[in-house]
Amino acid sequence: MATLTTTPPSQSSTTAYKRKPLTIAKKRQYRAAYLFVLPFFVLFLGTIIVPLGYAGYISFFRKQLVGGVSFAGLDNYTRALTDTDFLTSVARMGLFLVVQVPVMLALSLFFALALDSGMTRLSKFIRLGIFVPYAVPSVVAALMWGYLYGRDFGPFAQFAELLNLPAPPFLTDQFMLFSIVNIVNWEFIGYNMIIIYAALRSIPTELFEAARVDGATEKRIAWSIKIPAVRPALILTVIFSVIGTFQLFNEPNLLRSIAPTVIDNSYTPNLYAYSLAFINQDANYAAAIAFLLGILIMALSYAVQLWNQRKENQS
Amino acid sequence: MSNPLTRRRFLLGTATITSALFFAGCGGGGATDTAPAAQKLSQAEIDTAMNTDTTLTFWTWVPDIQKEVDLFEKKYPKIKVKVVNVGQGAPHYQKLRAAIQAGQGAPDVTQVEFQHIPSFTLGGDLLDISPYGAADVKSQYPDWVWSQVVKGEAVYAVPQDVGPTGLLYRDDLLKAAGIEVPTTWEEFATASEKYRAANPKSYLSNFAPNEAGQFLSYVWQTGARPFSFDGQQTVKIDLASDQAKQVATYWGDLIAKDAASVDPDFTDSWYQGLSNGKYASWPTAAWGPVFLQGTAKKTSGKWRATDMPQWDPAKPAAGNWGGSTDAVLKSSKNPIAAAQLALFINTDHESALKLATEQFLFPASNDILNDPKFAEQAAPFYGGQKVNAKFTEISKTVTPDFQWVPFMDYVYSSFNETLGKSIADKSDLVAGLQSWQDQVAKYAKDQGFTVS
Repeated sequence: MATLTTTPPSQSSTTAYKRKPLTIAKKRQYRAAYLFVLPFFVLFLGTIIVPLGYAGYISFFRKQLVGGVSFAGLDNYTRALTDTDFLTSVARMGLFLVVQVPVMLALSLFFALALDSGMTRLSKFIRLGIFVPYAVPSVVAALMWGYLYGRDFGPFAQFAELLNLPAPPFLTDQFMLFSIVNIVNWEFIGYNMIIIYAALRSIPTELFEAARVDGATEKRIAWSIKIPAVRPALILTVIFSVIGTFQLFNEPNLLRSIAPTVIDNSYTPNLYAYSLAFINQDANYAAAIAFLLGILIMALSYAVQLWNQRKENQS
Repeated sequence: MSNPLTRRRFLLGTATITSALFFAGCGGGGATDTAPAAQKLSQAEIDTAMNTDTTLTFWTWVPDIQKEVDLFEKKYPKIKVKVVNVGQGAPHYQKLRAAIQAGQGAPDVTQVEFQHIPSFTLGGDLLDISPYGAADVKSQYPDWVWSQVVKGEAVYAVPQDVGPTGLLYRDDLLKAAGIEVPTTWEEFATASEKYRAANPKSYLSNFAPNEAGQFLSYVWQTGARPFSFDGQQTVKIDLASDQAKQVATYWGDLIAKDAASVDPDFTDSWYQGLSNGKYASWPTAAWGPVFLQGTAKKTSGKWRATDMPQWDPAKPAAGNWGGSTDAVLKSSKNPIAAAQLALFINTDHESALKLATEQFLFPASNDILNDPKFAEQAAPFYGGQKVNAKFTEISKTVTPDFQWVPFMDYVYSSFNETLGKSIADKSDLVAGLQSWQDQVAKYAKDQGFTVS
């Protein structure tokens, strides 16, 4: 007890300590700490903050091939908000988000639970198998699927031909979005599964033992203990997915070479910004589009978190 | 207190930068357009420059061009050339534009395709090399080629290779279907239907929905001139001319009858189509024969080359698709040596012949076109036919004075979203053509051009 009475003032003692001049050893420590984070900050400044600032700056100008540069104020932003190409691409990604993310996360969660339950044999092999697609660069993945989807020589088409069926229309206007959904699912189910699986492994096993003693089935344990426990991990994967969806670029850009008239320049917001900058030579408008997209992503990510906090507070 | 100050300084800074950029833009444009023809350099001046230690940078995607550069370095031992490949097509131009805008890192000499020259002369980025000896090589080139690199008296690039359009076809497949080689578009249409009827899995030809360059070469052949550019700010955009509509209607009919396929070209499945006999012919350009040889190896001996089908057989005409030049950038610190490099590679007989016979670029200059070492080459892939001679003959029928606008990137990309889309969807091609015209004209106006 005596020790206890002496410890409480610790809080005030630290505040008092802060006011005192730093000892040499402390100063050294601080200096070392700053040195260690310095490389990060240099890179962060040089590759994120400065380009961001520059993009923000040029988004307030307008450059024409004839006539050069002029100050445009918010024109680029108002133009974007009434630009049907841009709005369509955002809406398309909204649809993508609604279709793709739930499917992907449900499957990731399912696989994570299955692996965690230890019911599956060969679990290490399966875990690796599901994860491997994530290790395949998305460029390679898109090229590979592009071949698989091929209308003339793709394996699906050839199989259909054997059965005297028409080739599956993977690369048409109607199905392209779902073909991309499929590629993205294939790539990221394993990645999200690993995040969820890691969260599952950190749940104390006493909880399951107690539940089993109380007669809970594995299903009941999964539903009532495991899923609520990995909620933070799930929220994290949702936020990653929101960000990833709106930044979709590689897959449509590569599939464009085999379906050039289906995937137009404004198929996704990122593709649109890229085309504006490098084909239309309108880097200023592209910068405004990129900023709006960034704001949208931040707002959505924030909304997900807010929604999560409310839910947590309710429970 | 500090707030208004920073704000003011910010605005001031902005204004300065803006006007600086603005004037820089104007200055560049003005200088190229209004300057009288520059004084020709004396041979002595050129000799001095070529005997001074110099390092040049050369951006090009031409494979093995080091061979020709070696010849240049052998002739001018003081000049060192750094050959850099920054990518072909779009990536090349993106990097080139970025380097020009950054004001540093741009090469001395660069590869530029014909249709992209105006986009660089617009900003005054290319050097007029007529005073450096380029004016003297005019006689080496067919008129239609030379007209692609000049603006008035100024010469902005040295032509390297060209792509007069002709037809490559499968002799065996046509014979099996009992079809004579079509010489007019009318015959070609009849043949397409007949061929299709005999071969449910194959087409006589493909009309690619992603190949604005090919469509424009068809339009070129009709004599229509969809573009012009006065070098300053006036452009003509006439994509939906009567002749262009004729081309669109013609192919639209074939597509509607399912007598022509609509696959995107230069994709894996298209390559396979060429070697598997899905397409019995390929309307292409002079660079096509060598390309096909590499793509459809197993069909060796079965192909032949002939003229593009004609609209009016009394007046044989061909278009052009592709080809490129070497240009000198105005920012080059060694303009004399740079211009000599561009000239040497393409006009020195040994170097230009090497390009034609070793790298298989279809030569732009008469000099090489008429060289028996080039023209007499027999191609086993084409059953021993003298394909080069055929295309040399075609080259003479390309109609001159086809111009471009300084934003062909956009024109090509817009094609895919308008006319290309209606090709792929097998809908009304003339409507697609019209929306291409509208989209391009709108872009031109937005970019500050006067559209006539």
